[in-house]
Amino acid sequence: MARNGFVSRWRRSSERVNAAVACDVSPPHVSDEVHVLAVDDSFVDRKVIERLLRISSCKVTAVDSGRRALQFLGLDDEKSSPVDFHESSTFKEIPVVIMSSENVLARIDRCLEEGAEDFIVKPVKLADVKRIKDFMTTRVYRFGNEEEEESGGMMMMNKRKLQDSLDLSSSSSPPQSISPSSSSLSSSPSSSLSSPSSPTPSSSGSTLPSSSLSAPSSPISLDSPIRRLKTTITD
Amino acid sequence: MAAGVLQLQRQLTDYTASLFSEGFLDDQFNQLQQLQDESNPDFVVEVVYVFFEDSERLLNELAKTLDQQSIDFRKVDAHVHQLKGSSSSIGAQRVQRVCIPFRNNCEEQNIEGCLRCLQQVKQEYTLVKNKLETLFKLEQQLLAAQRSMSTI
Repeated sequence: MARNGFVSRWRRSSERVNAAVACDVSPPHVSDEVHVLAVDDSFVDRKVIERLLRISSCKVTAVDSGRRALQFLGLDDEKSSPVDFHESSTFKEIPVVIMSSENVLARIDRCLEEGAEDFIVKPVKLADVKRIKDFMTTRVYRFGNEEEEESGGMMMMNKRKLQDSLDLSSSSSPPQSISPSSSSLSSSPSSSLSSPSSPTPSSSGSTLPSSSLSAPSSPISLDSPIRRLKTTITD
Repeated sequence: MAAGVLQLQRQLTDYTASLFSEGFLDDQFNQLQQLQDESNPDFVVEVVYVFFEDSERLLNELAKTLDQQSIDFRKVDAHVHQLKGSSSSIGAQRVQRVCIPFRNNCEEQNIEGCLRCLQQVKQEYTLVKNKLETLFKLEQQLLAAQRSMSTI
């Protein structure tokens, strides 16, 4: 499954990953509060994301490196094999959201194909966190229904270092036009959009329960790359 | 006096507006303001001061790295990228914008270009630092005036 592959590569390249937000979602009858592990090597960004999450009623732990994130999650033990990690239902279910200042469609799509649930273009705004939070809330219901003790989660990763390790620099997607209404990624400081890549029915798209996208209380904004992909798939 | 408070308010509004119209700040700064409330009344000041410290560290690193016999452009680029990111996160638009040609110069391994950009980014940083410090001072003055009003 692409997400496991993504996660295992993430683990091997943990040294180079320097920003992620992992969110543990407790079963609703225990607590409604979401615990987010924020990872970013920039002190400024850590402070901002911490505040953004707290103001959105999330509990936050902020660390400055992928290594520390693994330590926090209890995964930095050299002895534990990647297999344990793969088979842990907890970590398998953690959705990943990438945050990056880069706004290159091909790379964004590649992240999504590799299993990321969403992609936030920096600088991160309140609306971005709200969007993600709505997605997380929906997943709580899903886990609650399945009566899983394990919590789900989400990771937001700073793509800069991750990109180095995943070698996302080469875009393999052929250009294809995307409907104008959904092609804009607004509020990006440097709009260096490369040619639009094909809206492949990515694994990340297929792993999202349809309920999470059609949650009536939280329409996905046009800023969301997920929405953009989904729009073209379902149109 | 009420007139004093009104005047300070007007001053603050005008000054803030000028920072936006002159491009020193962009909408991300507004985003930060939105995150400030009674539970976190100093949030903006705190983040901005983190930005100041961070930027000064990066500018020093940049000067050092560019002063080497053999320049490590990847290192320079990494520092510029960080500076671009943090300035973008607080809405320091002009600083962020100067980082763009800076990165291009790194890519081209253009020493002269890099040194020029370093000067420019230092300049923009100093400007926005002064502007923000002035802004914060005005806010403090307004707060003090409002407080003294309420005790009358």
